[in-house]
Amino acid sequence: MSVIDKKTVEHIANLARLYLTEDEKEEMTVSLNKILDFEQQLAEIDTENVKPMAQAVPLENVMREDKVKGSLSIREVFLNAPDEAEGFFKVPRIIEKD
Amino acid sequence: MPLEDYTIVIGLEVHAELMTKTKLFCSCSTSFGNEANSQVCPICLGLPGTLPVLNEKAVEFAVKAGSALNCEIANFSKFDRKNYFYPDLTKAYQISQYEMPICRYGQVEFFVNGVKKVVGINRVHMEEEAGKSVHSGATITDSEFSLEDYNRCGIPLIEIVSEPDMRSPEEARIYMETLRNILRYANVSDCKMEEGSLRCDANISLMPKGATKFGTRSEIKNMNSFKAVQKALEYEALRQAELLDAGKKVVQETRTWDDSAGITMSMRSKEEAHDYRYFPEPDLVPIVLTDEYIQNLKDSLPELPVAKLNRYLNELELPPYDAELITANKDLADYFEAVLEYYKDAKVVSNWLMGEFMRLINEQGLEIDQVKVKPKDLAAMFTLQDKGVISSKIAKTVFEDMFKTGKDPDAVVKEKGLVQISDVSEIENIVQDVIKNNPAPVSQYLEGKEKVLGFLVGQVMKFSHGKANPQMANEYLKKALDKLK
Repeated sequence: MSVIDKKTVEHIANLARLYLTEDEKEEMTVSLNKILDFEQQLAEIDTENVKPMAQAVPLENVMREDKVKGSLSIREVFLNAPDEAEGFFKVPRIIEKD
Repeated sequence: MPLEDYTIVIGLEVHAELMTKTKLFCSCSTSFGNEANSQVCPICLGLPGTLPVLNEKAVEFAVKAGSALNCEIANFSKFDRKNYFYPDLTKAYQISQYEMPICRYGQVEFFVNGVKKVVGINRVHMEEEAGKSVHSGATITDSEFSLEDYNRCGIPLIEIVSEPDMRSPEEARIYMETLRNILRYANVSDCKMEEGSLRCDANISLMPKGATKFGTRSEIKNMNSFKAVQKALEYEALRQAELLDAGKKVVQETRTWDDSAGITMSMRSKEEAHDYRYFPEPDLVPIVLTDEYIQNLKDSLPELPVAKLNRYLNELELPPYDAELITANKDLADYFEAVLEYYKDAKVVSNWLMGEFMRLINEQGLEIDQVKVKPKDLAAMFTLQDKGVISSKIAKTVFEDMFKTGKDPDAVVKEKGLVQISDVSEIENIVQDVIKNNPAPVSQYLEGKEKVLGFLVGQVMKFSHGKANPQMANEYLKKALDKLK
């Protein structure tokens, strides 16, 4: 049962800002459908009395105290920044031009 | 058809920054107004390989907020990932609560022109704040680039989502003001709209009166004051009414409020139509709260605005106007109660706070916590007045001095020689001088024009630099004049 077509792949790629070649789109369509088919097997399990799982790790309430610790120095902050100006991260135009 | 023939439907999504010392998932400081990007670390910068750890205080504040808004608090809640690309969001996703928020189904009460209004709260959830953008151009639309400060990125927020229960822009504004008041009473957020620690997005739609199916809504952003909330929604209601009247359709979209132009404008962003692909946040574990924990926090809440209002009306017997005005501002209510610790007549205190006190505060653009007058000293001033040491007129002068210098009233009265003259012989002397210096009014009075008395009393007050006891001035002036008859 294939539910993912090329259009869906293009949509998902766009949402994730991934730029795929035509070949890659074909490949992704096949792979994603395989993954979904595989997961379909889970539907056969009786989950009537199983609570929905929120986290795979058997932990809860991992929290920290509200206490200030040091932040990075301004020099360190921009070490990985593609562009910087006046102590800010500089980013390209946000809203499309008319 | 005129706007009156439509029903306006408004729901608000309000974001409030919680007053924690550190961010929601890292130990960077949340303090406001510091050098850009000086309060960031690998976690809030979203660097790969880092893990968020939840701030326990944020959970406590969210539970308190939810309780103050009469919500059900969830014993089990969790975080989800909301995916979108925007430069103020370092990770390209925001950690929020989608499926299982920490609070649900509350309600808020307030009065609109004397009529009680109840607005339902659909949910209150925790999420992280985004950074702050400074645009190179005048607006975001004509900016070739933008500058990002991530000090704010990761500060804990609660988002309070109302039901679409409001029916006018005025109701929406008062709802916002009520929320601010409640959150400030609960001491979980400072709710400063001008600093952005309280913000709101509004959904608004119109439907013909009597209809039950809501029309297409638009979402309005960028309203930076309570007034702006009302103005933007008034504008948007008219805009939608004109579209519908012309047989056109309202487009479901996000619009931004331009306060100086007084209009809303369509916002087109590069982002594809909202498709956030929420999924459970794998880096965080669920929050499990016991009934005991929740109850303890509920019990720790201070008296909230509605309860306080009722107490002022019933126990202190304040008039509704006074009670509403004072409880509408937590700091003012706190100050009022601090004065009452030392002086019992609530009405005298409320009169003074609503009069001289607020007048000077507004004149000087101060906040109540900046006032130098100690509540104890204001109470002492009332006592001086009761004892007749100072007149009500002098009290104003004394208070102005106290307000300026923070001195206690005894010191001010002594320093400035403002003690009221209640000495009979001294008053009689002043009366004699006034009679001597005002022959014309005096003879008018003797001819039967009793109205002139007021003028002559005024002269006695003036002559004594406002220090004569007014009742005595009146009494002894009359006596002296009657002797001349």
